[in-house]
Amino acid sequence: MRLSPSGLSVPGPSRRSVLRTAGAAAVLAGAGTPLLSACGGSGSSSDPKTVTLGSNASDAVPKAAFESVYAAFKKQSGLTVDVNTKDHNTFQEQINSYLQGTPDDVFNWFAGYRMQFFAAKKLATPIDDVWEKIGDNFPDAMKKLSKGEDGKYYFVPLTTYPWAIFYRRSVFRQHGYQVPANWDDFVALCRQMKKDGLVPLAFGDKDAWPAMGTFDQINFRLNGYDFHVQLMAGKASWTDAKVKAVFDHWSEILPYHQDGFMGRTWQDAAQTLVAKKAGMYLLGSFVAQQFTNKADLDDLDFFPFPEINSAYGQDTVEAPTDGFMVSKAPKNHAGVVRLLEYLGSPAAEELYLKTDPSVVAASGKADTSSYSALQKKAFDMIGAAKSLTQFMDRDSRPDFTSTVMQPGLQKFLQNPKGVDSLLSSVERQKKQIFASQ
Amino acid sequence: MTTDTTTKTPEAAAVPPPGPMPGKKRVTRGHRRLLTRRDRFTLAVMAGVPTILHVALVWVTAIASIFLAFTTWDGIGFDSIKWVGLDNFRQLFSDNPQFWPAVQHNVVWFVVLILIPTPFGLFLAVQLDKRIRFSRVYQTAFFLPVVISMACIGFVWQLVYNPDTGLINSILGANKPGHYIDWIGDPHLNLWAILIAASWRHTGYMMILYLAGLKSVDPSLREASALDGAGEWQTFRSVIFPTLRPTNTVVLVVTIIEALRAFDLVFVFNKGAQGTELLSILVTDNIIGESSRIGYGSAIAVVLLVISLAVIIPYLIATFRKERRA
Repeated sequence: MRLSPSGLSVPGPSRRSVLRTAGAAAVLAGAGTPLLSACGGSGSSSDPKTVTLGSNASDAVPKAAFESVYAAFKKQSGLTVDVNTKDHNTFQEQINSYLQGTPDDVFNWFAGYRMQFFAAKKLATPIDDVWEKIGDNFPDAMKKLSKGEDGKYYFVPLTTYPWAIFYRRSVFRQHGYQVPANWDDFVALCRQMKKDGLVPLAFGDKDAWPAMGTFDQINFRLNGYDFHVQLMAGKASWTDAKVKAVFDHWSEILPYHQDGFMGRTWQDAAQTLVAKKAGMYLLGSFVAQQFTNKADLDDLDFFPFPEINSAYGQDTVEAPTDGFMVSKAPKNHAGVVRLLEYLGSPAAEELYLKTDPSVVAASGKADTSSYSALQKKAFDMIGAAKSLTQFMDRDSRPDFTSTVMQPGLQKFLQNPKGVDSLLSSVERQKKQIFASQ
Repeated sequence: MTTDTTTKTPEAAAVPPPGPMPGKKRVTRGHRRLLTRRDRFTLAVMAGVPTILHVALVWVTAIASIFLAFTTWDGIGFDSIKWVGLDNFRQLFSDNPQFWPAVQHNVVWFVVLILIPTPFGLFLAVQLDKRIRFSRVYQTAFFLPVVISMACIGFVWQLVYNPDTGLINSILGANKPGHYIDWIGDPHLNLWAILIAASWRHTGYMMILYLAGLKSVDPSLREASALDGAGEWQTFRSVIFPTLRPTNTVVLVVTIIEALRAFDLVFVFNKGAQGTELLSILVTDNIIGESSRIGYGSAIAVVLLVISLAVIIPYLIATFRKERRA
């Protein structure tokens, strides 16, 4: 804060009450979303046999998968999980007000900075007691992801999935392409694909977030995990020559991206990979959802983003992780602990994956025998990673990524030459946003 | 409710018409005395509830929003509201790369709506007013887009403009690598692409407004000008159009409002990506959703409010001045 509150001449209590009235008015107005929090919440009493859970699993497959997990938990413990499901995006957009209102005991959330943000705001309960029991089930990278800035655990991971470059084995075989190991090979491969009449890199950025995935990959390959985290946390400068170098690399492969990407959704871009018109596609493994034909799906494969800087190799994997957090004042604390202990067990993850095979287990101990080849590969890649990132909008402040980075990256994609002025503008806005903590 | 009052003097029952009236004071005094307790209660409820709602939903929110524009607040707890003075505005005017384009697009939106669909709507109205055959069918067809919600219009048009599978690119053969016309994403094109959709709707709206205006034109005016030997164009220009003055005022106000509140169409079309930024979209981007920059978003909303007032106040002053003269 540049302007300290003490600099004001207004006496404390009266100022606060003014703020409170004005704030209350804002709530009423819907100027903020808090009004909506009334819709969330469990409302139910503190029944020792029930644990309430706010869920963002509104899609049919994850919803069914979670139901099977909770049913198994009930059989094992006698506790009922009272699930309150909301539309995935709505849940995410209302999370602030939801957590301030009367949230459920446990809620679905993501690992990383976004989890730490709510932990730091005291809207979540630390769960070190749970982790004493489940700690052995998880690799170190997952443990790191589950801790708040204060070093306490706030999160129980359940599933994860990797971002990588997806391709069709048959296309690579047909043209005799090799999986590129480093940046030069990668650029050469792009060039060759273009010559062969393929779209080298499928791309659609209508929803503005896919470009963030490309940035992440180039950044942690080029500058390493530590710099990436510092940049995302607002500590490193966007005008740093290192960041400029990321955009230089990106400019190099930009001509090989699919044309007309600003108006295309990722689903449409994925269809060009399905139709074998595109050679590669950098996306999360959810791209497999677009491969509805079994033969096509079996043909789908991926490789990690190629090495750019040998100091970092391919040691970082972008693996957004979903799991659970505990709200600030759970009504049934004992039940919450038991539920989370169960959710942190390999058994719960295996059960979940039985219904939803598009992701992999976060635990290193979960049984992998029923995995598809793609899942197995994803699991191994994540397990072998030295560090895991969560995707730009989960690793940084959501206000920064949605109001500055999304339009900023779109601007770069359309005018790669204007990167200098773009980066100084991003840096200025970043300072303002991160200052207003 | 009015059954009780009907038995009293007619002056008391009817609300006295506004404007100077002889003996007005005495009537109001009598009015108050004649009201029963139940009347007073009814009146209090009928005036009070809407007043409370109006104050709470319009005034309090507007003032709260103005207040918040000078603060930062992440929406978590009222204690985290911090006074920052003019910082938000300073950042907005100097550092936000989307702000000035957004203002510009709102202006372009208005200029295009007033220059293209409005005259075209007037043209259609004049044609339909001639009692041609199937007039009703045409009216319905042109008016239909106005009935459809903006969100649906945005959805339909973004399908038409889809770079790969959209109607336009398919017809033009512009959906192959190297030939793409990116109607939705290209910042030089997308605003115009959306404005076509907006105009498509606005034309029908204007047509209906003008049609209603034309129906109220006294037929004897046309007759008189015909007798004087005026041609069709001359009649329209010198006789009909001047009588449409009240309609023109409504049209102007409606178009300004449309330009300032433009949001849904664009949000569905491409979420206000580069080239189609609008003030309303910046407000939502900053306030709603996870970002919760409520102070900053409010500052943008205040700018929008100031622009609206700058348009509305001169209009109201002009209207009242005219009324006073009348």
